[in-house]
Amino acid sequence: MGIPFLRVVPPPPPREPRSTGDVPTLQAEDVTLEYRTPERVVRATDRVSFDVLEGDRFVLLGPSGCGKSTLLKAAAGFVTPRSGHLRLDGATVSEPGPDRIVVFQEFDQLPPWKTVKANVMFPLRASRLLSRRQAEERALHYLDKVGLADFADAYPHTLSGGMKQRVAIARALATQPRVLLMDEPFAALDALTRRRMQEELLSLWDEFRFTLLFVTHSIEEALVVGNRILLLSPHPGRVRAELDAQAYGLHSLGSPEFQATSQRIHRLLFDEPAASLAAA
Amino acid sequence: MTASLARPEYERDLPPLSADEVVQPLPPAARLWQQAWVRKTVLLLVLAGLWEVAARLKANDLLLPTFVDTAIAFGQGLWSGELLHRAGMSLAVLLRGYALGIVAAFVLTTLATSTRLGRDLLDTLTSMFNPLPAIALLPIALLWFGLGQGSLVFVLVHSVLWPLALNTYSGFRSVPETLRLAGRNYGLRGLRYVLFILVPAALPAIVAGLKIGWAFAWRTLIAAELVFGTTNSGQGGLGWYIFQNRNELYTDRVFAGLAMVIAIGLLVENLVFATLERATVRRWGMQR
Repeated sequence: MGIPFLRVVPPPPPREPRSTGDVPTLQAEDVTLEYRTPERVVRATDRVSFDVLEGDRFVLLGPSGCGKSTLLKAAAGFVTPRSGHLRLDGATVSEPGPDRIVVFQEFDQLPPWKTVKANVMFPLRASRLLSRRQAEERALHYLDKVGLADFADAYPHTLSGGMKQRVAIARALATQPRVLLMDEPFAALDALTRRRMQEELLSLWDEFRFTLLFVTHSIEEALVVGNRILLLSPHPGRVRAELDAQAYGLHSLGSPEFQATSQRIHRLLFDEPAASLAAA
Repeated sequence: MTASLARPEYERDLPPLSADEVVQPLPPAARLWQQAWVRKTVLLLVLAGLWEVAARLKANDLLLPTFVDTAIAFGQGLWSGELLHRAGMSLAVLLRGYALGIVAAFVLTTLATSTRLGRDLLDTLTSMFNPLPAIALLPIALLWFGLGQGSLVFVLVHSVLWPLALNTYSGFRSVPETLRLAGRNYGLRGLRYVLFILVPAALPAIVAGLKIGWAFAWRTLIAAELVFGTTNSGQGGLGWYIFQNRNELYTDRVFAGLAMVIAIGLLVENLVFATLERATVRRWGMQR
């Protein structure tokens, strides 16, 4: 194949209808989030519910101001909901922890005083998950998976933006969290690097089948990355729809169905009165 | 219209370039001038030259000994061991005060990052005591701790603590939010959070604070010894050496004592702090 990274995502095993007693990996139940400014309390999301199942690539999609990043921060345990619950394997999330590793958009998420390898080892050591030797082994394994084995001893400031995000992804995968949380991880990258990172993320998912909660404001990215998309309306964030996107991947970019679905999403997000489509 | 803009397409094969076409070495002179120590040595030599010329024009050994005379007095002081002995006395007291000041600053700033009351405490204390000259506290310190090292250590802690605490705290506050979240994400909290995230992330500010604290401590110590003489049964430090020689009108030795103060300052700055910065903040790309 001419382009080594271009690959076709095989559709994941078909989703079974949720049986009773099947606990979602991550569950949001009527989550209302608020944030405080000096003058007032602003509602970021209003009674948002969704289920992320094991192995899902679940995308939160919406315009800015729909509270999608705040939802992700709540899932990570940085923000406590005003009401409602976020549950991880049935247990309410109350504080941050290494079972929910976040990949942030900003490049300064990597401590600059640690080498690439030490950065990947950091959460493993900080949370006392593994011994130094085991952590080192695992770090090198995942660095190899994201193609940065040669940069293990480099410091983050010598890397490009895309490489830094790869380190952050390797770090998150090495911790083997129950849910991988990604907050617009590719938004600060140039378009070509972003496309490549999406491909790599999908091939990593093919290999490891991790559970992913992914925040984006790009309809195209949501369709490419996700198998399930939650549409949020802005001010405050409310669930507009939940769509299935298993059929779409990088292979279907530009196909008529892809275009149709992205137009449908566009309509859902921006044209309020499309009553026939809003049956969420 | 568009037809007129049409022109032929083309494709090119790119032959590989050899490495020395892409990267070229700097000439040796430029590379030498890149070294900070070369530039600084040249500056020092120029300053010494100006001093020599000024002293010879003035031609009054009591007021301004020449650079050469001072260098001779300095050499003699080193040779006899007196200068080194005095410097050692000063440094011993200095390091004790410095270390205590660092510990106190760390405790205060850690308190300030973890509680609001701690922050108010740090704010209030630094704005009260930072402008207060350490020398002004010496009379009280002498009352409390007597004529001994205790008084000196007390004023030294005072001169190190506030600037270091201020710098460290402002460093802690400017740690990027993402880095804080990442640290908490790994389950770090309390002292481990401060040690593994805040301290390294704020290291440029902390090193700046350490430098300022060091300079303040030196000034305070020399001044205290100059003003109040020996505090340790005839075993004074460098300040006392300068004071004694001034009384006996050995101006060249006064200058030699001052030169020793400067030399120690340069050594610490260029060896200790520069090494610390090279091994940490520069290597990590946090400071250029």
